Amino acid sequence: MIEITLAHYLFLSAVVFTIGIIGIFLNRKNVIVILMSVELILIAVNINLVSFSVYLNDLVGQVFTMFVLTVAAAEAAIGLAILVVFFRNKGSIHVEDINSLKG
Amino acid sequence: MLAHAIIFYFFSFVVIASSVMVISSKNTVHAVFFLILDFVSVACLFIMLGAEFLGMITLIVYVGAVAVLFLFVVMMININFSELKTGFLDYLPFGMLIGVVIFIELVMMISAWKYKAEFIVTKKIAKPLVSNTESLGMIIYTDYILFFQISGLILLVAMIGAIVLTFRRKDSLRRQDITTQVSRERDESVELRDVPNFKGVKIND
Repeated sequence: MIEITLAHYLFLSAVVFTIGIIGIFLNRKNVIVILMSVELILIAVNINLVSFSVYLNDLVGQVFTMFVLTVAAAEAAIGLAILVVFFRNKGSIHVEDINSLKG
Repeated sequence: MLAHAIIFYFFSFVVIASSVMVISSKNTVHAVFFLILDFVSVACLFIMLGAEFLGMITLIVYVGAVAVLFLFVVMMININFSELKTGFLDYLPFGMLIGVVIFIELVMMISAWKYKAEFIVTKKIAKPLVSNTESLGMIIYTDYILFFQISGLILLVAMIGAIVLTFRRKDSLRRQDITTQVSRERDESVELRDVPNFKGVKIND
């Protein structure tokens, strides 16, 4: 309990990951909050990678975290750009309105 | 050791509480602020673990770029966010069910997982000879140079993609068209006229 082990960090990461998943389900109407939940999931993955990297004394995990960070930034930029374009065309960001591709 | 534990529990509590607030707050601007708090606490945890470089990068990239981008979009899009919150409770049982199942799976995996024999978890983290940033730089620019450059390419593609997606051509703006400027002939623009005495010339007759 006093000594912080790898399991503590893994548990924290599991909790944050689960909160992110629940966030996607709860906010089915707001695309922005869905994107933020995806960021939460990515940061949970980062916690996992960094804690393994430190406790196994292997720096590769931290290198990989940097790549996850890069992809997260790119994903946020593209996602929000799509959101802005969608809002310009439809005037709303309801997820239910995103059904034009149904055919 | 006790201080270490107390700090860990404090930051973990802040991370979890702010994550819950991100997905449940009514005002989306508040959700973005809680997201920033979450990222800052995670960066503190990284620094506490000994990954100083990643902690600072998390601050710069997540708080400085991603969260501010979210804030920017939330404030730019002018809609009533509170009506987007309706139906929150309809999805609650289903979402909680899936979430609890995933959480139980993760916890079972963490607690039942055994290290492979050649994996040695260092009980005491050895103090490295060089700093975290230096040792990270030594492997990124040698062993992982290809991945590093590919990640730069991903950022470039994302940048171009975001610009192309949000670019809007306005017809009211007068733009410079170099082709028409260069291909202009003398006949189109200059005209020689004889000017009679004391009469002058009418333009555009």
